[in-house]
Amino acid sequence: MFKVLENRNQKGKIDLTASIANAVIEAIEENDKVVQLEADLAGASKTNLIQKAYPDNYIQCGIAEANMVGVACGMSSEGYIPFVHTFGPFATRRVFDQVFLSGAYAHNTINIYGSDPGFTVGPNGGTHTTWEDVALMRTIPNAIVCDVCDEVQAKWLVKEFAKMEGIHYFRGNRKAVRNVYEPGSTFEIGKGNVVRQGKDVLVISAGQLVSDALDAAEKLEKEGISVEVIDMFCIKPIDSELILKEVQNKKALVTFENHSITGGLSSAVAEVLMDAQVSIPFKRHGVNEQFGQVGTPDFLQKEFKLTADDLVDSIQSILK
Amino acid sequence: MEKNTLNQLEILAAKIRYDVLDMLQHRGYGHLGGSLSLVELMSVLYGKQMQYDATNPKWEQRDRVVLSKGHAGPVWYSALAESGFFDKEWLYTLNDGGTKLPSHPDRTKTPGVDMTTGSLGQGTSTAAGIATALKKSHIDRYVYLIVGDGELNEGQCWEAFQYIANYKLNNCIVIIDDNKRQLDGYTKDIMNPFDISKKMEAFGFFTQKVKGNDIEAIDDAINQAKEVKDKAVCIVLDTIKGQGVPYFENMFSNHSVKFNTDEINDAANEAKQALLEFISKEEC
Repeated sequence: MFKVLENRNQKGKIDLTASIANAVIEAIEENDKVVQLEADLAGASKTNLIQKAYPDNYIQCGIAEANMVGVACGMSSEGYIPFVHTFGPFATRRVFDQVFLSGAYAHNTINIYGSDPGFTVGPNGGTHTTWEDVALMRTIPNAIVCDVCDEVQAKWLVKEFAKMEGIHYFRGNRKAVRNVYEPGSTFEIGKGNVVRQGKDVLVISAGQLVSDALDAAEKLEKEGISVEVIDMFCIKPIDSELILKEVQNKKALVTFENHSITGGLSSAVAEVLMDAQVSIPFKRHGVNEQFGQVGTPDFLQKEFKLTADDLVDSIQSILK
Repeated sequence: MEKNTLNQLEILAAKIRYDVLDMLQHRGYGHLGGSLSLVELMSVLYGKQMQYDATNPKWEQRDRVVLSKGHAGPVWYSALAESGFFDKEWLYTLNDGGTKLPSHPDRTKTPGVDMTTGSLGQGTSTAAGIATALKKSHIDRYVYLIVGDGELNEGQCWEAFQYIANYKLNNCIVIIDDNKRQLDGYTKDIMNPFDISKKMEAFGFFTQKVKGNDIEAIDDAINQAKEVKDKAVCIVLDTIKGQGVPYFENMFSNHSVKFNTDEINDAANEAKQALLEFISKEEC
């Protein structure tokens, strides 16, 4: 069960990476087969908290991501439960064949945290930007692909993944993000969350943009437009049942993602609608045929038109 | 090595070599050259060095094998069949739809196969992971990581070797099949490997180079590697692609062979006959 915070303006007190590291530590305390592998980003990703707490469950692999994934898969074959971390682009496109073959095809388990997706990359810029990670990972048979919106969800997800077999990918900011959910909220893999009810427009979002989607919905309420928001944190498997139920009687559907509109959340939602032969005015709000660049996250969010105001514009224009 | 043991390993090698030829000839095609170069190694591993239980392939106390040059699957399947992991009739199902013996090894399909390989380079890292896991679990067994010399073109091998050396994973015995050839020609012409032994030494490995068709030398080298306590270990096998069958040794393009001419089939039949005669004579 989850509960949405009444006051959503509070950011997490610690970085999201620290929350994730703490969740891995808890997972190790419950099962000493859980291990964390790192590719020389321990300081940047707070996995050094795990190293300090449980040095035997921590493996520094150096700047060699393909090897890190392979080592993780080998350990999985011996009963270990590996978590690996690196920046989103390197956790996915750089190691795709290793995750696909040594991981998924070989029936090994690997839990992958790709950090700083999309505009959250900030000054690391275009080389470190990933707006295609979800698209890539979605193509791996039976992989689970998630975009976490806050620390409550991230911690829950890590603990859940630690109990499951298979390929699990999640993306999330390294820094603290605004909280959406009350502490202790729980979720379900493959189930989206209606975080705000509405009757005119359905917005389906994921990741930290869920907060911006809720902001947009509040702004539009003042204009008499009722917006429903779904947090589709689990993009694969996607909750088609929820989409088909909630899209009924809506005037329009807008997907809102910190990702390319090719292959990510919007594509997954479109596939659900097409398979069910459901037709509705539909705007895919995301990044289209662009590469990233440097700038502060705030600048980049504006530059790539991923703010609450940009979403308001999209919703208003689709209703015209 | 005792004479009787050597004799047993020679017989096992002959059986494995026969199976490889027979299986690929039956299928009509396959990765012959790089399978034949590993025959003597497989005989030493499964006939003497390795600890395993063919009736319990997942036995925790077994030694593990990762055949990173996965295209040599047929030689592994022969060794596994000769060691009792499955019925030898399976060998004739190589690459059939639904087979348990696909061209490249699959840990989900074949008893005795510890890791799925085929995308070259990847087995080096998964073997490193298995070795790490064995150390952490205090399981005092070995991982035999078999890598091709052509495979060394792949950067991932060197990432993994760095890791294995850094962590002094002396339980991961790296064996490089230096058969001098890859698909498109000689390794020195395609992507010069220079001196593989020196490279491995420079990476921090205790490295030995032995003739890959010399059963006693291979066995000695593995014994020696097992004595090393404080660093990673590597054995470079000086082999011939197509090893043990002169016709195929001399065939320039023997990476994958099609058994589609009388000459090729006659050569295979002749070699098989000689191997059968050797086995029959020695087993008497």
